[in-house]
Formats: sequence, structure tokens, C-alpha cells
Amino acid sequence: MKKRVVITGLGIVAPNGVGLDAFTNAIKSGISGIRFDAELERLKFSCQISGTPEISDELKRQYFTELELRNFNATGILYGVIAGLDAWKDAGLTIENNSENPDWESGTIFGAGTSGIEIFRTSIYKIDAFETRKLGSTVVSQTMNSGISAYLGGKLGLGNQVSTNSSACTTGVESILMGFERIQQGKAKRMLVGSTSDSGPYIWGGFDAMKVCTFKYNEQPEKGSRPMSTNASGFVPSSGAGALVIEELETALARGARIYAEILGGNINSGGQRGEGTMTAPNSVAVQKCITDALQDAMVNPNEIDAINGHLTATSKDALEIKNWSEALNRRGADFPQINSLKSMVGHCLSGSGSVESVATVLQIYNGFIFPNINCEDLNEAIKTIISEESIPQMMVQKELNIVAKASFGFGDINGCIIFKKYKK
Amino acid sequence: MNKEEIIEKLKPIVKPFVKDETAFNAINEKTHFITDLNINSANLVDIVLDVEEAFSIEIDNESMEKMLDLEQTILIIQEKLSTK
Repeated sequence: MKKRVVITGLGIVAPNGVGLDAFTNAIKSGISGIRFDAELERLKFSCQISGTPEISDELKRQYFTELELRNFNATGILYGVIAGLDAWKDAGLTIENNSENPDWESGTIFGAGTSGIEIFRTSIYKIDAFETRKLGSTVVSQTMNSGISAYLGGKLGLGNQVSTNSSACTTGVESILMGFERIQQGKAKRMLVGSTSDSGPYIWGGFDAMKVCTFKYNEQPEKGSRPMSTNASGFVPSSGAGALVIEELETALARGARIYAEILGGNINSGGQRGEGTMTAPNSVAVQKCITDALQDAMVNPNEIDAINGHLTATSKDALEIKNWSEALNRRGADFPQINSLKSMVGHCLSGSGSVESVATVLQIYNGFIFPNINCEDLNEAIKTIISEESIPQMMVQKELNIVAKASFGFGDINGCIIFKKYKK
Repeated sequence: MNKEEIIEKLKPIVKPFVKDETAFNAINEKTHFITDLNINSANLVDIVLDVEEAFSIEIDNESMEKMLDLEQTILIIQEKLSTK
């Protein structure tokens, strides 16, 4: 018998809000976190706007010791630790520093695309200058991809699985599903899941070179991220972290935890870079299969879906994504559920995106609203032929949501779809 | 440079790595970095780098291995200073 799994804690570090209150307010109000980025201009990027979470030194000191902050320069770990510890506290759990014993029933699967890319850069310069001996003791822990899960595991004393998953822009959704399955199978009672992404030119440069980021809105940063718009011209690079504490329903009930939502199921697959799928383009057959398999896993009928949180990055592929959702659910026109893209406000948080967007999705379910899509007043014509304009809210909608689907797709032709449900006693 | 002067110069270098204030205040020539001050052994390389900078010396790998307590550290610093 599979265990039921619920969400009891959330943490968020996003370009338009750090902390649940700031973030909830921002997404309800349609506040953009995209800014002009002087460093990208200096480095002659085509795209000179980005979404970077604002973290003060004072805030840093609430999560890291002075010693930890010596030679510390790993933005992904910074965001992930803040989001992760916030989620833990939000779940009503304590951070035990005095106990000798690890918490055997709790673990973390916390995803990342890279880690400590700034530290990598400075280390490479030192090594090439024959100064390897001067690297110091923290280069490995900051640059190993599993740095984030190692930091979280140590701060929380986790004794179950502590690892980092990595699957491009699907990373966040994948981490939630991996933790979900571990609890379902009875191998852990509680998992801290989520994902993070480094900030800055060394992580975003490759995308700029591929011309997948927009270069047309350097003068109007907040208008730059335009999912589903006629004038969508590429994504806006950004970063951040989302974290969720998920646990076995019985454990959550026994300790009287607040329950944000239940995870009913999901699916992870790949198009194998066959058919229309490539390293960078999705195989629609696989995308649709991922969605239908997720529904089947969750034992949900397509007609029960109240809302969708899409991947929708603001590239030419948005219309194809809408078509895939429509065909997978067999719902079109006014029958199509309401769909939104958080990227219109925060840009594309890359490996952080799936979890940041999942936190937004769960907040919608818990608080009964659908956040607005911004920057799509000029809706893409191809999208309008598939679904009704009413399915793409541009103002916040107050609405009781029961079941919401969230999907992320990534380089490597990989897909992830997760089904959340409102928890009712 | 005599022992006392070196210890005074070492204190601010070691301080960030020590959580136990009482142990830190009791620092003397016989203090061991790991057993007395409970410093994470991985951090010893950071202390060596800071020592190199503070005293403008370079510490070779063989010497570094011996720098586990104040006594040895002082001897090594004095030796390096004298051959500068």
C-alpha cells in the first residue's frame, strides 16, 4: 500500500520576492522581478536583463555562520539554504543543533544545475597561476554539484537520503517527485525537496550565445519576459530556489502540521531525442505521454484539472506547449483549464524553475487564487486558435482550486509533470 | 620574533575557526588545534594560508603536516622567518 504524501512547509527565494509573504504578495499583484543587469551590459551580453533574488548581508547571517561565509561565493547554495531552512521552519519543525543523532527518518533531494560557478572561476585562475595550494578548504564543498544537499543535510542533521538531482530545467519537478516516491515507498517519513540555481554571467552566458534569451527589452526590463505573447522573443535568465517539506500524511497529522496540499502523483520521462525531439527541442509525443502518464499515476481524469502551471518560457515553443497540453487533456477552447506562467514575473530560474514554480502553484491551491500572466496582452495568434483567451488570466482570479497540474521541460528532451490536490480533512 | 609575540599574532588568525570561547581564551604554547580548540581538520589549511600571509612566509608541505599545535607552529614560523 503506497503512503499518501502531503506538503507541510514551503520556502522561496525568487527574483520578485524572498520569503513566503513577499512572494505571495508579488505573484498575486503581478510584480516583475526582472531588472536591468549592469554586469551583463559590461560583458557585452545580447540580453542585458535578468532576474536575481536580492539577499542582504544581514539576511545571509541568519542562515550562515561567519566562518561559513569566509570565502563563500556560491549563490545557488545561498538561495537553496535560505529556501530550505525556511521551508523546514514553516513546517513547524525545529533545527536541532545539540542532538548527537541524525534524524534517520528525514532526508533531502535538492536539485541543482551547477554549483559555485563563481568559485570555479576564481579557482581556475589560481590553478593556472600555479597557486593550487592557495585554494583554501571550501572549494570542493561549494563547487560539488551536491553542495546544496550537503549544506542542508548538515544544518538540519538529516539521516535519510541526502542527494542532489540534476535534469536541466526539469530538476525542480523531478526533485519533488523523487522525494514523493521515497515517502510513498515507506523509505522516509519526511523529505526536504526543491532546487536551486546559481546567478550571474557565467551561468547565463551559454544561453545568451545560443540566442535563446531576449535581446529586445534591455530598455524595458519588466516587459522582457513574455510567455504566450505575440512579441515573445526568448526567455529572461534568472535564478532562485524553491523548497517544499513533504511528508507522509499520517506523520503530518500526528504532529498536527498545517497541510498546504497533497501530491497525488506525477511522471518523469524523456523523448529520447527521437522524432522531433533533439538536445534542445521537445518531442511532443513524449510531452503528451508525460502528462497523460502523470494523470494516470495520480488517478485523475483530465476533466478534473482546475488549472495548469506551465513551463512556458517565452520562446517560439510556447504555442507547441499549449497544443501538447490541449491534446494530452483532450480539452480545447473555453473547456481548457486556466493556465499561467510564473516566468512572466521571474524569468527562467533554470534548474531552480520547477521548484520555484511549484511553490507558487501550491500557494495558489492553499490560498484559492490563480496568479496573473503579465506581458501577454498581445496573445500569440497560434495559441488563440487552440484555447480561449479566458483560459489565460491577465488579472488575478480568486478561485477555489482542487486539482492543479504543473509541468517542466528541459534540455536533453526531458519532461516532468506533477499533480497537486487541495487537502481536505 | 619571540613566542609571546607570535602567539599574539596567531590569536586573531585562529579565532574565526574556534566555536568554544573558553578554550580560545585559554590558548597557550601547548594548545593543540584539533583536540583543544576543536577546529575542523579541513580548516587547518586555511589557518596555514592566513599564517603565510600574516608573517610573509611560505610554508612547505612537510612543515604544514606538523602544524597541529601552537608549539610546532611557533617553531616553524621562527624557522621560516630566520631563513627569509
